[in-house]
Amino acid sequence: MNEKTQPEDAVKVSAGQFDRSRRSLNIQREDIAVEVKDLNLFYGADQALKNINLKIPRNRVTAFIGPSGCGKSTLLRCFNRMNDLIDICKIDGQIIIDGQDVHSRDVDVAEHRRRVGMVFQKPNPFPKSIFENVAYGLRLQGVSNKRTLAEVVEKALRAAALWDEVKDRLQDNAFGLSGGQQQRLVIARAIAIEPEIILLDEPCSALDPISTAKVEELMIELKEKYTIVIVTHNMQQAARVSDFTAYMYLGELIEFDDTAKLFTNPARKATEDYITGRYG
Amino acid sequence: MEKYFDQHISRRFNEELEALRSHVMKMAGTTEEMLADAIAALVEGDTEKAEAVIAADDQVNLMEKRIDEEAMQILARRQPTASDLRLVMAIVKTVNDLERIGDEAEKIARVAIVLTESERPRNNYYELENMAGHVRTMLRDALDGFVRMVPEVAVSLFRADKKVDDEYEAILRQYYTYLAEEPRKTSRILNAIWIARSLERIGDHAKNIGEYIYYLVEGRDVRHMPSDEKEQALLDDGKD
Repeated sequence: MNEKTQPEDAVKVSAGQFDRSRRSLNIQREDIAVEVKDLNLFYGADQALKNINLKIPRNRVTAFIGPSGCGKSTLLRCFNRMNDLIDICKIDGQIIIDGQDVHSRDVDVAEHRRRVGMVFQKPNPFPKSIFENVAYGLRLQGVSNKRTLAEVVEKALRAAALWDEVKDRLQDNAFGLSGGQQQRLVIARAIAIEPEIILLDEPCSALDPISTAKVEELMIELKEKYTIVIVTHNMQQAARVSDFTAYMYLGELIEFDDTAKLFTNPARKATEDYITGRYG
Repeated sequence: MEKYFDQHISRRFNEELEALRSHVMKMAGTTEEMLADAIAALVEGDTEKAEAVIAADDQVNLMEKRIDEEAMQILARRQPTASDLRLVMAIVKTVNDLERIGDEAEKIARVAIVLTESERPRNNYYELENMAGHVRTMLRDALDGFVRMVPEVAVSLFRADKKVDDEYEAILRQYYTYLAEEPRKTSRILNAIWIARSLERIGDHAKNIGEYIYYLVEGRDVRHMPSDEKEQALLDDGKD
């Protein structure tokens, strides 16, 4: 009897999954992690971002795509105030995370950056051991209990899918790791301090396809706990990993939509031209 | 839309898509000819013509395989997106329907050969010739829609298919009457029913191609919608 009913049930389940995966995402139904309102950004006299309005959904991967110089990295960097370091940069508008404008005066930048972690194009481990790289943020926060540190480091390395590869050489210098491993180490370092949002600025552009696949797989796993925003030049990567995609051009947000929709049937011709290789 | 496929930065990609498109057109042209010849073979009792149709089906099968292969290469190497992706998908599906049309034309040709051995009806299969004319028009409209990328063709094909379905019903009713009245001719009538059925199928395939064109141009899948809903959807989209 059981044998007979099981296959039918199996069919039902898979049909249900099929329906779920087909359901398109709608930003209106999403819980919002970051809201960008009327954002304008100038480098001196040059306007790099023009009146950006955008909502980044929580626990999703959002990708920014667009040609070089379109402002996608600039926008990403605003989220954890990396543009503060550029003297000639002037910003107006709002970026609201947890009800607070990121650029308001009473924001503690160091604390803000703990909540909004960032990973760059080239892996930038510290010239320290693998263990110390991951423990670094915690030590800065004053954590010194060895057992706590060991636990957190292991957890972060596991979350970054690196633990099995480095567990026997935690005291080795991080520079001995491959590029892909270094990038995952940097992600582990970001995760160790429990951020809410992880920003990735072309995290795979210096990696080979296998390492890229690992980092992409990691992003999809990490979105369970974190909100991920990724800037990428690789459109297939955006198509593979992201739930939502924003296409930017010359400092403007041209289109923002469910990735599945944007890559099969974009609403704007400019988006279509870019993603199908007609730009230029 | 028509000229849009040759605007990629990669010239080779343009060429690949253009080649894919022209191969589909060639395949479509062959199936259209097969249908015309199969019906001519029936009406004229021309066995040679029928044999040629049967031989042509092998060619159509080969074309299907070749176009599928080309499409797969494009998917693997170019990872097309948006309208390029929809073009490749629409072509893969169209080719499938064209191959079936080829099969149906072949069936008609085979039956036409068998029918040369029985006495010809007084009207010389006028009802089938007439129905085939409508189906051929559908097929031609579908191909024309494909070349010019006009989504509206989905609407006209959808309506034409309904008419062909009605025509098929009417022919069946007529044949059932003959069967009752003239049991001697049972074999001939059953064969003629096969032809009517093949023609009805070809109409369905042409309608499908219309739906792929619609998907390709508008990015909206209108297959398997209840008929009144579909007609409304097609008309609504046509307005904007």
